[in-house]
Amino acid sequence: MASTPIRQAGSIHPLLVRVTHWLNAFAVICMIMSGWQIFNASPLFDFRFPHWMTLGGWLAGAIAWHFAAMWLLALNGLAYLAYGVLSGHFRRSFLPLTASAVAGDLAAALRFRLPHRIGAYNAVQRLAYVVVILLITAAVLSGLAIWKPVQFQELTAVLGGYDTARWVHFLAMTGIVGFIVVHLALVLIVPKTVLPMITGRATGERHAPPAEVRP
Amino acid sequence: MSRLRLRDVQPQLRSAERRLFLRQALSLGAVTMLAGCDLSDGDTFDRVLWAMSRWNDKVQAALFNPHRLAPTYAESAITEPFPFNAYYPEARAPVVDTSTFRLELSGRVANKRPWSVADLRQLPQASQVTRHICVEGWSAIGKWGGVPFSTFLERVGADLKARYVGFRCADDYYSSIDMATALHPQTLLALDYRDAALPPKYGSPMKLRVPTKLGFKNPKHIMAIFVTDDNPGGYWEDQGYNWFSGS
Repeated sequence: MASTPIRQAGSIHPLLVRVTHWLNAFAVICMIMSGWQIFNASPLFDFRFPHWMTLGGWLAGAIAWHFAAMWLLALNGLAYLAYGVLSGHFRRSFLPLTASAVAGDLAAALRFRLPHRIGAYNAVQRLAYVVVILLITAAVLSGLAIWKPVQFQELTAVLGGYDTARWVHFLAMTGIVGFIVVHLALVLIVPKTVLPMITGRATGERHAPPAEVRP
Repeated sequence: MSRLRLRDVQPQLRSAERRLFLRQALSLGAVTMLAGCDLSDGDTFDRVLWAMSRWNDKVQAALFNPHRLAPTYAESAITEPFPFNAYYPEARAPVVDTSTFRLELSGRVANKRPWSVADLRQLPQASQVTRHICVEGWSAIGKWGGVPFSTFLERVGADLKARYVGFRCADDYYSSIDMATALHPQTLLALDYRDAALPPKYGSPMKLRVPTKLGFKNPKHIMAIFVTDDNPGGYWEDQGYNWFSGS
């Protein structure tokens, strides 16, 4: 496949990345909110999510949402992963990713000395995006393990059995929620990042300055 | 682990008319989230979610491997006490006189002669220690004994090409399963729990033990069994729980 078949000149985010990002955002929010309602039916520990934070109204409704949105999450996610690998998007955007670069960028960010370069991810961003991709993958796999503990019993066994797989599913969700909180906080701090995720362009103009275009 | 039973959500269930659940599904959160999409018509979402649930029935039927056995466990792994679970409190579990009870058969069955529990005990028996998984998420391991359901269906001359087997129960519960699951080697017309006759709380005089399906697809206090090509639905299924609900 050609290196960037979908990205247009001056585009920061390829069209496929933008589309899958927003579909994924919708699917993940549906999965989390309906999942909280399902959790409430038999909590793993002495805590319940407030009803207004949940989706589905009651257990059957939440399950219906969860098992409808899972198709969007999985198919959209597979399309994104296939594109990321085949187009070189992952290699270009996430690599190289080294511990020293993460440590350096994290230290700079905590001192508010990390400039936001439109079109390029710093090392902390790269790590966060790779980790959330792995977390969603873990949520999907552990979800399959507790949905089909007979048909997919090898997967369930690898995840430590039915009860442990429920915890894996819960912890993966917790990690994803943690990512979303940080992700949204950073978008609030650097709001100019929102428009490119929709239009693909930094300023909304037809020709972004070459200096701002990611290499 | 704290265990919430289905009966704990009964007040909500009573308020929910049949097929209302997905209108409820448009909770505050959903409306907030979908506000920009103008999805104000709850009926549209009802239909989408019901259609997805029927699609998931088909996917699960395709995933179901008739030869794939549910994991079995040592008797030392049995959950003690095995939880009571129904849409009513344990004190209201029906008590059926096992000595006079007769199981009724109808539908696509050649020999509709009613069966006593003693008759059923004359058939070949099997037992299993398997995990019962509730739709709510909790699970418990138990031991059930009884007649392999495929043996029973063959003995009564059931049409094994029919699509569904339905169950009507003494507690007004009802449910149904697909024929492929009915013929699975671990699907049991259970008469015993832990080598003794089923007590009322576990479904006397008999329950269907289906380790390849969620707990609510394991009807207790079975009074009548029928074989049909028309999906008979079920107590929870008709309120919105996924019909196939395979594990």
